[in-house]
Amino acid sequence: MRRTLSADAMRLAIPALSLTILLAAVFWLQPRAMSYVGLNLLFNLAVPIALATIAQMLIMSVNDLDLSMGTFVSFVACVTATFLREAPLVGMLILFGVVVVYAGLGVVIHLRNLPSIVVSLGMSFVWAGLAVLLLPAPGGQAPDWVRALMTMKPPVAPMAIVASILIAIVAHFVVMRSSLGVLIRGVGGNQRSVERAGWSVVGARAAAYGLAGVFAVLAGVALVGLTTSADANIALRYTLLSIAGVILGGGEFIGGRVSPIGAVIGALTLTLAGSFLSFLRISPDWQIGAQGAILIIVLALRLLLNRLEKREKRR
Amino acid sequence: MPKAIIEVADAKVSFGAVKALDGVTLAIAPGECVGLVGHNGAGKSTIVSVINGGLAPHQGSIASDGEVLARYGINAARSRGVRCVFQELSLCPNLTVVENTRILHRHLGGLGWRRRAKQVIEQSLDAIFPGHDINTDRTVGDLSIAERQMVEIAMAFSDAGIAPRLIILDEPTSSLDASLAEQMLAHVRRFVASGGSVILISHILHEILTTASRIVVMKDGRIVAERPAAAWTEHGLVEAMGSVVKGEAHRRAMRDLADAPVAIEHVGRGTPFRARRGEIVGLAGLAGHGQTEMLMRLHAASSADWLPRRDPAVTFVAGDRRLNGIFELWSILKNLSVAALGDLAQHGVVKGDAEAERAGEWKRRIEIRTPDMASHILSLSGGNQQKVLFARALSTRAPVVLMDDPMRGVDVGTKQEVYEIIRQEAARGRTFVWYSTEMEEVCLCDRVYVFREGAIAAELQGDAVTEENILAASFAGLAA
Repeated sequence: MRRTLSADAMRLAIPALSLTILLAAVFWLQPRAMSYVGLNLLFNLAVPIALATIAQMLIMSVNDLDLSMGTFVSFVACVTATFLREAPLVGMLILFGVVVVYAGLGVVIHLRNLPSIVVSLGMSFVWAGLAVLLLPAPGGQAPDWVRALMTMKPPVAPMAIVASILIAIVAHFVVMRSSLGVLIRGVGGNQRSVERAGWSVVGARAAAYGLAGVFAVLAGVALVGLTTSADANIALRYTLLSIAGVILGGGEFIGGRVSPIGAVIGALTLTLAGSFLSFLRISPDWQIGAQGAILIIVLALRLLLNRLEKREKRR
Repeated sequence: MPKAIIEVADAKVSFGAVKALDGVTLAIAPGECVGLVGHNGAGKSTIVSVINGGLAPHQGSIASDGEVLARYGINAARSRGVRCVFQELSLCPNLTVVENTRILHRHLGGLGWRRRAKQVIEQSLDAIFPGHDINTDRTVGDLSIAERQMVEIAMAFSDAGIAPRLIILDEPTSSLDASLAEQMLAHVRRFVASGGSVILISHILHEILTTASRIVVMKDGRIVAERPAAAWTEHGLVEAMGSVVKGEAHRRAMRDLADAPVAIEHVGRGTPFRARRGEIVGLAGLAGHGQTEMLMRLHAASSADWLPRRDPAVTFVAGDRRLNGIFELWSILKNLSVAALGDLAQHGVVKGDAEAERAGEWKRRIEIRTPDMASHILSLSGGNQQKVLFARALSTRAPVVLMDDPMRGVDVGTKQEVYEIIRQEAARGRTFVWYSTEMEEVCLCDRVYVFREGAIAAELQGDAVTEENILAASFAGLAA
């Protein structure tokens, strides 16, 4: 029993540790961040990123990769700021429809044996085009209930923290504890054995993509709730951020090894890295490079610990 | 006579030009263990796939409990209690043992499935391998290969609603050591005695002869002989399979290599390891006692970390061909030539005709059974894939060949062919370091190191290389 715990704990230890260190560094640079409002400001943009990261993680757990995450979230944001406000029913229908499209993509990718990277890259242009059609110029307005939800002030901890914890718990339950989650990860681990047990792999893939669609839609809605208006290019960074978040959180590109809690922590870490660099007064020219450096350090640390773990096992 | 659990009548399956099954009729009655033997590519795996529902025969019919089933698929097979343990281990490595149980038993769902799945698999593990010491919350990827096979066997025998009635075991003992294999076979006998049926495929004829009640011999997609087990002898089986085995005559002549230069050595804990030029050195002992690690260390010590060496010092034949042997997406030709591309290239460009020529030469030499070297590697049967890996290693210029139990699940005929090639290459001055879990192979070596608990426990030479000596050395620690 102890060994399983330590192996899983190990996977979570690095992201948790890097988040703690970054947070400590931010507090040291800017003690005023150590408050209800401060924490909310630091982390509230992390909520949509965390949702997008979970979506990406679901796709990665069936050994695929979604390169359309950023444009898709942007498109959802545009729908939220236009239709969902003016004609809620139509807006809901559109959002439901795109989730079905996502599940359909999973089916097509599986049946035609297509590389998911190519399909999602193609889809990214479709989503981007639709977003521009909806909002040629930045604008629109968040529906009031979305705005209210995202600016809620729960007691004890700020909304950003509460939401992140909630996302982590729900995703953990769906992906790690439920039968469906086991099936989805099983497809990532050994598709043939899942097939031989009599399951429909098409169904599992469709479910993984559909669920990813749901989380990505939530990411778009949450984003508009924070920014109050939308823009066709609002979330382009999310594609790479979400992939980085999954990897940072202990997930892997293939083999169905993912960790939802790690993914949320990864998303928080990535958001915090940006603020940390601003607090350090690093010029914006260097910020992206510095963010990359932080990523490399964390990943190197994980590699090192993996190696230690392996050596331990050999004893 | 009770009705057969599964009855396949006149099944024909062909993959392109290859006739994998050419009219096979086979019925399995309750309470019998059918031993299935045959050469690589004889059609054993294909008939297993048909019975398991994974493959629909292009012709012929399948009946179960007396009724002919028009649509027979995986789900129909499963609902009739047909289970299969495949030769290639087939669990999801990223899931825990409990979660794998959930995948296998589709109707185990609902709240609290973890508890139920845990109970099901632990019951089965305890029944088959008492004192197994496997934690079912561990991820399968973290288990050793023997533990994984144990889990897979226990999984097939586990009962979660639909009781297993027919279990197909395809080389179930290939990664188990002798005592675990005996535990498993004892369970098979118990299962059969209580009315279950088993199809047992094994290349260890002794296991089949002692466990099966009826033995079926296949060759070229047909059943060529079928008799009760008592009517068979090891020799008779081999004869029926059509390969020529000379048994003891293969014991190599003593060669005096004491003066030959040392080709590779490793000094560590316990006795130092040394292999001389032209020598065949065996690594023996119970499975998982550090033999593979020794091969890895030897390989790491003689290959460069950064740039490849101009003259390769060692080459490696992998045992787990799916994990670190074949390139699944490549052709047979590419799989074969990849280790020697440096020799086949000029100014960094591979010469296609030289590559094809080299591959053709090895195809002839070790008889890779394929009409076309450009076809997909997975179109070959397991034994032939392994031959390709041998050819890959032998076609390099490396003077030392490391082999990590490369004969797992390979049929007798192929083995004899490969032994012969190894002998020839050794006579030409190549050194072989050969880890094998099979006593017969170890006894072919000039010198044997017996491993125990990660270190060399004994060194046997010449006439001292006998089964008794090796066993004594492997178990000495337990007796003391």
